[in-house]
Formats: sequence, C-alpha cells, structure tokens
Amino acid sequence: MRTVNVKLIVDAVAEMCKEANYFLGDDVIRAFEKGLAEEVSPVGKEVFKQLLENARIARDEKVPMCQDTGFAVLFVELGQDVHLTGGDFNEALNEGVRRGYTDGYLRKSIVKDPLERVNTKDNTPAVIHVEIVPGDKIKLTLAPKGGGSENMSAIRMLTPSQGTPGLVDFVVETVSQAGANPCPPVIVGVGFGGTFEKVAYLAKKALLRPLNQPNQDPFYAELEKEMLEKINKTGIGPQGYGGRFTALAVHVEVFPCHIASMPAAVNINCHASRHAERVI
Amino acid sequence: MEVKRIRTPLTDEVVLDLKAGDNVLFSGVIYAARDAAHKKLVELLEKGEEWPVDLRGQVIYYVGPAPAKPGQVIGSAGPTTSGRMDAYTPAVLEYGVKAVIGKGLRNEATRKALQDYKAVYLAATGGAGALLARTIKESEVVAYPELGPEAIRRLVVEDFPATVINDAYGNDLYAEGRNKYALP
Ligand code: SF4
Repeated sequence: MRTVNVKLIVDAVAEMCKEANYFLGDDVIRAFEKGLAEEVSPVGKEVFKQLLENARIARDEKVPMCQDTGFAVLFVELGQDVHLTGGDFNEALNEGVRRGYTDGYLRKSIVKDPLERVNTKDNTPAVIHVEIVPGDKIKLTLAPKGGGSENMSAIRMLTPSQGTPGLVDFVVETVSQAGANPCPPVIVGVGFGGTFEKVAYLAKKALLRPLNQPNQDPFYAELEKEMLEKINKTGIGPQGYGGRFTALAVHVEVFPCHIASMPAAVNINCHASRHAERVI
Repeated sequence: MEVKRIRTPLTDEVVLDLKAGDNVLFSGVIYAARDAAHKKLVELLEKGEEWPVDLRGQVIYYVGPAPAKPGQVIGSAGPTTSGRMDAYTPAVLEYGVKAVIGKGLRNEATRKALQDYKAVYLAATGGAGALLARTIKESEVVAYPELGPEAIRRLVVEDFPATVINDAYGNDLYAEGRNKYALP
C-alpha cells in the first residue's frame, strides 16, 4: 500500500491544464508539416502555415493555442494499492482544474445548467473517468475538449447485418456533414462495440492515441487507413476551404458487444488536439 | 497569394468588390460578439430599441477570447462556430452590419440575407487563436460586461486575416472548394 496525498493531484492537474493548452504535441506538429508539404490547395497550405506559426507562438509565449480551452476531460488510472489521504479525490481533480484555468489565463467555458447557462467561472466541474488498475501508481491524462468539434460528434446503434460498410459509411458521413465546423484538419475518434455509453467513451479514448500509431489489430489498422482515405476524398480540406487534408488520422477503439447490437460512435477532435499526462 | 487590404467600417462598394475565396486583411475597428450578445441585440431589434453601440456599416467577429495575461492586449482570440448565430444573422444584417467573421457553415437563410442586404461572411482560421490575437492592438468591452467572454468588445485590428466564404452574390467557398478537390 502506498499513501498519496491528494495535494499532489491538485498540483499535477493544475500544471497539466496549462501544459496541454500551451504546447501542441510533436505528433500533431509533424502532421502539420506533412500537410504544408503535401496539401495541393494553396489556401489549404496557407492554413497549415498559420497553424504551425500559431503553435509556435503559443509555445514561446505560453498562451493557449486556441481561445476555446475546452472542457477538462480527465482519465485516471488509479492503482489499487494506492491509499489517498488529505481530502476528497474528485474535489482534488476539480481544484486542480480550477487553479490551472485561473492561473493559466485559460477561458472558462462551462455553464452550470444546460438551459440556464450561467458560467461556473472556474471551468469546473471536470468530466472524470476513473479506472482501477493493478499497481501503486496514479496515471492522470487530461484532454481539454473544444466545443466546436465536440458538437459535430455522433453516435449510432448500427445493426450487425450492416457490417464493415455500415461503420465506414457512418464515420465518413459524420465527418462529411461536419464540413468546416470542427476546424479541419480533424482527428477522428471512433468507438465500435460495447453498449450505448461505452461506445462514446471508446470514441473519446481513441483520441488519446498519438497520431501515426495505428490500431494494434491489423484488420482495424487497415480499416483506419481506408476511412482516412475516404474522408480525405471529400474535398473539405483544411478549414473547409477545399483540399485533401480533411483529417489527420482516424483511430478506432473496439470492445465486445451484444449479439443483437453493433454500436458506433464518432468523436471529432479539432487539430488543437491537446493532452497532458502525469504519473504520480 | 493575392490579398485585399480593407479598412473598416465598410461601404457597399467595398462589400460588392469581395468574392468568395478572396483573402482579406482587415485594419481598423471590428466588434466581438457571439451567442449571448446576439440574443440580446436581436431582442432589442424586436422591441424596436437602439443597440448599445451603433454597428451599422461595421464588422462583427464571432469570438469569445481567453483572458489576457498581464501585458497582453487580449488573450487568444480565434473564431467560434458561426452556425449558432444563424438564428440571429438575418436580423443583424437587415439592421446594417456589413460583414461577419467566424468559422464554419451558414444556413440558407443567412446566405440569402447576405445577398439581400449586401453583406459578406468571412472565416478566420479556427484554432489559430494565439496568432490572430497578435493582430488585435486594442480591446475594450463596450456592452454587456456581465457576459464575461461573451461581452461585446471594440477591437482595433491591424492586418487581421480572413477569407471570404459567402459573398453578396450567392457564391460559397465551402461548396466550391469541396467540389474542386473532391475525388471519386
Ligand atoms: S473546434 Fe477546436 S480548434 Fe476549433 S475553435 Fe473549437 S477548440 Fe478551437
């Protein structure tokens, strides 16, 4: 049994909020560079130029790359041999978000009630997913999620007879209908299998995987490639101005499902694909 | 790439010279307003009351900036999704706003209103908030401070980059670009 004071969690989360919003991952930067070199549309090229410059300014000046600094989505892998002391675990995660968003000059984008729409003023509460795992460590992953791309996401309860084409059509159609709205080039997270709520979670989790890291199952790796090609044939292009780089990657996460169902979910992420990780 | 440099406010002549696909650099004053401010402005129109700021001939930018760090004029300030303003845009254009800047698709009613009232819709690069903030030289809340990031702000910009999506003639860069680059 290892004892961990939740204060450590507060500090870690606060730092991660800033880090995720200021520093774009190298995998995404490399994808922008590839886009700049290979995009055939001149306006599309210009977009990649701006995105690279934007990421550089954000990094150098420690300012958020996008003004929508997102909903703080936290994935926690909590070792079963950890004993937490010093306070409430969930409150510690939220306190970290509160501090990070305030000290980091990040935008507070959360309203308390979907209809009344009064801002909570500190970007809490976070959306928290906890998984208990073996060991005595705590792994925290923060993935701030912007509203524009989240709004273009979709879920569909496909039936087993629809098979692979059913999935492919649903994914391509969802990205195609989103058009310019989610700030393309996008990253497409696909959940496949499980239940209604599990499949949405899988789609979100799929967005955590670094770009250029295909699914470990060769069948799904191939399917990811096929869907990416189809999406990039829509012509939407960077920012929807027309071009060949509509998506930078498609990631599929799969889970067993019921004999009667074949759920699928598409969670679209914008190019401002932000995450930060810490192991305590 | 060819760029048109434009000073705000806009005359009909300037608006009619803009075509879908044109790259524009705005200098002068533009006004930040998004969902909550639009709702209030359109409510005023419905009641036949004046707006807290006169926006006839002006440019509205759909943005809810991040807070400014000490020493910064404004925090990151990229566009938000324009479609949410579609419910209000025809009324805003009828009132006399000449250009709106955001990102993403507009509905048919907005596209028609752009033609009817001689106005344009432009997009700025979504997600390039740090870069766009650099072109903003002054920022001042001029109405609805209680709305926080959704307050109306008067922004003085220098070479703020945007691309014309829907012009006053019914052209649509999103549709044209897509058709041009789509593959079978
Ligand atoms: S969709 Fe992403 S990049 Fe675009 S404004 Fe929202 S958070 Fe920023």
